[in-house]
Amino acid sequence: MDAFTTHTGRAVPLRRSNVDTDQIIPAVWLKQVSRTGFDKGLFSAWREDPSFVLNDPAYAGASVLISGPDFGTGSSREHAVWALQQYGFRAVISSRFGDIFRNNSTKMGLLPVVLPEAVVEDLQAKVEADPAAELTVDLVEKQVRLGDVVAPFEIDDYTRWRLMEGLDDIGLTLRHAEDIDQYENGRQPWLPTTV
Amino acid sequence: MGRTLAEKVWEQHVVRRAEGEPDLLYIDLHLVHEVTSPQAFDGLRLSGRTVRRPDLTIATEDHNVPTVLGPIADVVSRTQVETLRKNTAEFGIRLHPMGDAGQGVVHIIGPQFGLTQPGMTVVCGDSHTSTHGAFGALAFGIGTSEVEHVLATQTLPAYRPKTMAVEVKGALPYGVTAKDLILAIIAQIGTGGGQGYIVEYRGEAVRALSMEGRMTVCNMSIEAGARAGMIAPDETTFEYLRGRPHAPSGAAWDEAVEYWKTLRTDDDAVFDKVVEIDASTLTPFVTWGTNPGQGAPLGSAVPSPEQFADPVERAAAERALDYMGLSAGTRLRDIQVDTVFVGSCTNGRLEDLRAAAEVLRGRTVVTRTLIVPGSMQVKADAEAEGLHEVFKAAGAEWREAGCSMCLGMNPDTLKPGERSASTSNRNFEGRQGKGGRTHLVSPQVAAATAVTGRLAAPADL
Ligand code: SF4
Repeated sequence: MDAFTTHTGRAVPLRRSNVDTDQIIPAVWLKQVSRTGFDKGLFSAWREDPSFVLNDPAYAGASVLISGPDFGTGSSREHAVWALQQYGFRAVISSRFGDIFRNNSTKMGLLPVVLPEAVVEDLQAKVEADPAAELTVDLVEKQVRLGDVVAPFEIDDYTRWRLMEGLDDIGLTLRHAEDIDQYENGRQPWLPTTV
Repeated sequence: MGRTLAEKVWEQHVVRRAEGEPDLLYIDLHLVHEVTSPQAFDGLRLSGRTVRRPDLTIATEDHNVPTVLGPIADVVSRTQVETLRKNTAEFGIRLHPMGDAGQGVVHIIGPQFGLTQPGMTVVCGDSHTSTHGAFGALAFGIGTSEVEHVLATQTLPAYRPKTMAVEVKGALPYGVTAKDLILAIIAQIGTGGGQGYIVEYRGEAVRALSMEGRMTVCNMSIEAGARAGMIAPDETTFEYLRGRPHAPSGAAWDEAVEYWKTLRTDDDAVFDKVVEIDASTLTPFVTWGTNPGQGAPLGSAVPSPEQFADPVERAAAERALDYMGLSAGTRLRDIQVDTVFVGSCTNGRLEDLRAAAEVLRGRTVVTRTLIVPGSMQVKADAEAEGLHEVFKAAGAEWREAGCSMCLGMNPDTLKPGERSASTSNRNFEGRQGKGGRTHLVSPQVAAATAVTGRLAAPADL
């Protein structure tokens, strides 16, 4: 995955709550067997509305999404993360994320940033007032900065380290193959197999 | 101090624990379907890895499959299904393809084969994996990167979520179902209320539920934001499992049951959060909005956005009413629907079909009505009881097994502006087809609605 240390770019405010992954990428787009081409499906139903914020030229090229609460709820589809990344987003800011979406994001190097609702709204207002304003998401300092706003955010050290190094989880786990072997030897004998 | 059920199952599966790192958990069963797996298998090939335990892995075709006999007409859907066939053949994984007697929705077939058992860890690239928690298993949905991780290592790194008890007091009144209960729970705690928690459903009303009902409840845990829902195993669980193809037998059965009986929350265990709900006050429950938390008793009216004190919820309600084409104050019983769908991993089991058939027996539907068994086995069982004749006589369509109208990915969809009463689990915008409007309901309410053309309960007929 792509390493993430710090990112500076313009941001787009998405003033909606409960943005479920069916909205981020509708099911018809999930039929692809490749990992590419999902940018076209990002918010595809909402983008048909000319007044949808992603259609506003003022926000073209924005790379940080600032959303209302409960972003990425619902379906486990990692395609939602791929779509956001392929569209050009590096980070999403919200006061709450769906658990599976947040997990998927950190596996792919899309940074989910949790900030208090009031701070999220303040950032949205600032970006609405000045769409050209540049926002920095700093994983090293665990801060979001925009103008005079400096908002600290929490992330566990392990995930932060993995993101900063761009490490592949499978590779890390396979270092402990012996532990897995040992665990397998002690599993309860009645547990089912699919054969 | 005592431990909760979730903590016991978690501890049993820790392969490795190190300070400042997530636990490495062993996965007992990995369920695979065509939508979230192709990129994971590609990843394995790219890195020259293999599937560590094909014998703990099982695959089925469900999301893309048409529910009428014949090949998949959509080329992209067909390619995805064919890709699963190639991948499972290459890596030696058991697959139940379309037409096979064991095929069905992934969360229906695991329990049906007896593969889902108490105390196990179960994962699948699908958020409704929480269904399997009905057996006292720790079961949760994962993304494609994690699917690849489980294929390669049979483990997952994870932090243990907090624990929440949902205490259901009292008994469900006659005519009120597991679906009504879980919709009411979600409306109470909200779509984000379960985030970061494993929920354990407890109390008299939960104990009284059949395994099918328990699966309906656990299935929708994710709709409250919780990754997993669990119910402690008991005699109902053991009876359901006894004699299933993959359940233990002989001495192993006795040994297993003895262990399963220890899988209950200790009396002195403490949950991080406790929510109480009184089952005896519940009535049939339906959704009016575009997230599963936007629900209300069938006997009430579409709420006005002004009723919501929280500005975010108010805005969400406004948007939802606009999308749903509803105005505040409309009685829910006056809402007219175009389509009724009975099926999905929430309500596509034999008990659900029996409930729908009981309502439809001797009556006629006035809307397009799709009855879709959750698996080929459910279909065979229903036909053995003659349920299909009841449905056909009522004018409903009796289909082949699959996810069908639960999501807009196969030919069963709503057209823009069409409204459904659906026994599935998500009323998101466009979930059943672009522009479609979904009301989540129980099988009983679905069947009664099919008869009247408006949202209705069997008691209204
Ligand atoms: S029936 Fe619906 S919720 Fe269940 S697995 Fe299929 S698409 Fe997902």
